[in-house]
Amino acid sequence: MNMLRNATLAAVAALALTSGQASAAGAEIKVTDYAFPFEGPFGQFDQMQLQRGLQVYTEICAACHGLQYLSFRNLGDEGGPHLPEDQVFAYAEFYEIFDQALFDGEGDFRPATPADKFPMSNLSNAPDLTLMAKARAGFSGPYGTGMAQLFQGMGGAEYIASLMTGYVEEPECALEGEPMDGYYNIAFAAGGFPDSCKGDHGEHLVPGSWIAMSPPLYGDDVTFEDGSSTELEAVAMDVAAFLMWTAEPKMMARKQAGLTGVIFLTLLSVLLYLTNKRLWAPYKNKKA
Amino acid sequence: MAGIPHDHYEPKSNGEKWLYSRLPIVGLLYDTLMLPTPRNLNWMWIWGIVLVFTLVLQIITGIVLVMHYVPHVDMAFASVEHIMRDVNGGHMIRYFHQNGASLFFVAVYAHIFRSLYYGSYKAPREVTWIIGMLMYLLMMGTAFMGYVLPWGQMSFHGTAVITGLFGAIPFIGEGVQTWLLGASAVGQPALNRFFSLHYLMPFILLGLTIVHIWAFHTTGNNNPTGVEVRRTSKEDAAKDTLPFWPYFVIKDLFALAIILAVFVAIVGFMPNYLGHPDNYIPANALATPAHIVPEWYFLPFYAILRAFTADVWVVQIVQFLSFGIIDAKFFGVLAMFGAIAVMALAPWLDTSSVRSGKYRPMFKWWFWLLVVDFFVLMWVGARPAESPYDMISLVASTYWFAYFLVILPVLGVIEKPLTPPATIEEDYNAHYAPQSDSAPVVNPAE
Repeated sequence: MNMLRNATLAAVAALALTSGQASAAGAEIKVTDYAFPFEGPFGQFDQMQLQRGLQVYTEICAACHGLQYLSFRNLGDEGGPHLPEDQVFAYAEFYEIFDQALFDGEGDFRPATPADKFPMSNLSNAPDLTLMAKARAGFSGPYGTGMAQLFQGMGGAEYIASLMTGYVEEPECALEGEPMDGYYNIAFAAGGFPDSCKGDHGEHLVPGSWIAMSPPLYGDDVTFEDGSSTELEAVAMDVAAFLMWTAEPKMMARKQAGLTGVIFLTLLSVLLYLTNKRLWAPYKNKKA
Repeated sequence: MAGIPHDHYEPKSNGEKWLYSRLPIVGLLYDTLMLPTPRNLNWMWIWGIVLVFTLVLQIITGIVLVMHYVPHVDMAFASVEHIMRDVNGGHMIRYFHQNGASLFFVAVYAHIFRSLYYGSYKAPREVTWIIGMLMYLLMMGTAFMGYVLPWGQMSFHGTAVITGLFGAIPFIGEGVQTWLLGASAVGQPALNRFFSLHYLMPFILLGLTIVHIWAFHTTGNNNPTGVEVRRTSKEDAAKDTLPFWPYFVIKDLFALAIILAVFVAIVGFMPNYLGHPDNYIPANALATPAHIVPEWYFLPFYAILRAFTADVWVVQIVQFLSFGIIDAKFFGVLAMFGAIAVMALAPWLDTSSVRSGKYRPMFKWWFWLLVVDFFVLMWVGARPAESPYDMISLVASTYWFAYFLVILPVLGVIEKPLTPPATIEEDYNAHYAPQSDSAPVVNPAE
């Protein structure tokens, strides 16, 4: 039994070791642990928050970024923004998409229908946002043990919200050297970094780096019909939640299935335990 | 066929006799299921069932995924997203398959370390062990190729790194790498052939599973004492064993249900925890990820690969002696494959006359150190190649080799093992007094 216990501990340790390494070595970034309603095994998307996030995406992000893996019809999905059908149609018509089948194969633009996907971006430096919340989910700290992700629910949504709110004044060290292209952001790892802000061994003395995207949100950028807060942090969280949904539209169904499965298997193991105990009883007469 | 004496299948009805004289398949299944199994197997003997279950799970989910997946560099990534979004239940099937690989490796590592502790690899079970090692290699190949298929950033650049290992082979390396990829770089030919092989290899694994089971059904299971089941008579054998069905099947299914509850929790609540976020970015040859990290189950061997850098004196000596043919890169590749090779040679490196580690006071310490070493390697494999991680991985890699090449052979000579019980019955009764007479069993060994 000792071996079993040790092996169990070992297995737990193995699971704790994630390979997610987005922010490893050198470029430290500051990601705030925002509390989203969808965190944890029982967490759910807040339908109103997703609708607000959709509005922020539509009015601001969509100017440059696409959502190429998301279909318009998904906006009507339960467990998502759950827009009424007529609104889904109306929203889709908003977008012009290129249809190769029109004009005898020459193609032409037409208004989108719910069956179409969101258009992709035409700008080469504006990455598609559909999967961003999963592609930026690597918080493997501290020391690569993955505890931040496991116990605090840190993920891509935290990253996106932190990026939106991460535009701060340039640090003083940056003013000493050549002026940097782009904007200083404490949550962005992959951008340019001035030598004047590096230590003796090339380590970064300030978090983040310089990002090409200008600050997309300042606060009060949108007006919400439901009267929700339009402060920078609130809007950033709304759009981050929306992008979590675009990345993982089946999250609620998945958690439901997971819960059902865990309950079923727990019951099954209790029954199998009792069966096993009874089966072995004639051969096991535990010594007192 | 030799084996532990027990009752064999006897066809009773006319129908059974008719079939039996033409194809004794029922008898084969009967004898397989009713195999006499040591009574004293502990909970570390459940991983075999978990592995068989996982292989079947992976094959079934995989076949469904193939119905929707498109092995084309421009469409593979989008087709996986199509599965995740548009296919009924596709997101669950895909997450089961993706995390099934992790379950597979948790189980196989537990299974391997159980064998290492209880000396299951020793005579007469060397063939079972070698087949198991082949299966482990195939599993790694299958998992690696499967990871390429979603065609994300880690898929692409991981493939470039791993096939690049073969490029390190002196003289013929470049040719081998081109032959593996079907081109000079990772692209459509590589994706197509990895898809083909990823579909093929699980079925080879299935075949090897049958051979693996056949081999240990011939020798009989090992058990925590390492003492063989008595084959002197059917009665003696029956005292040491119970039939596999129902005693061990139910026990194993109980363990499987608990493990699956944990597995389903991971799939349901945190399916991407064990994966790398960069693989949700479509493959882009022009943008290399900051850190190319393999999946967790490869990390121990990845750490060994990276441990032997050009400034290690062993590497320098080997490079000098081989007239520069074996450079640091090739040395790392040899070390990585060598780490598995020395494990495969364990039956011939272990000189101890006692099979089970339970009765080897010194061995125990070295064994648990190896387990710790394995986890250290796993952790350090995901860390960047810089101080102090380079030193840690070098020490940990050295211990891995030292365990198999030095400690196992030497321990057998210098260690004074305890005396194992004479029979399995004796060991079993020491834990559970027999039903018939509840008097404590006196240990007649001393």
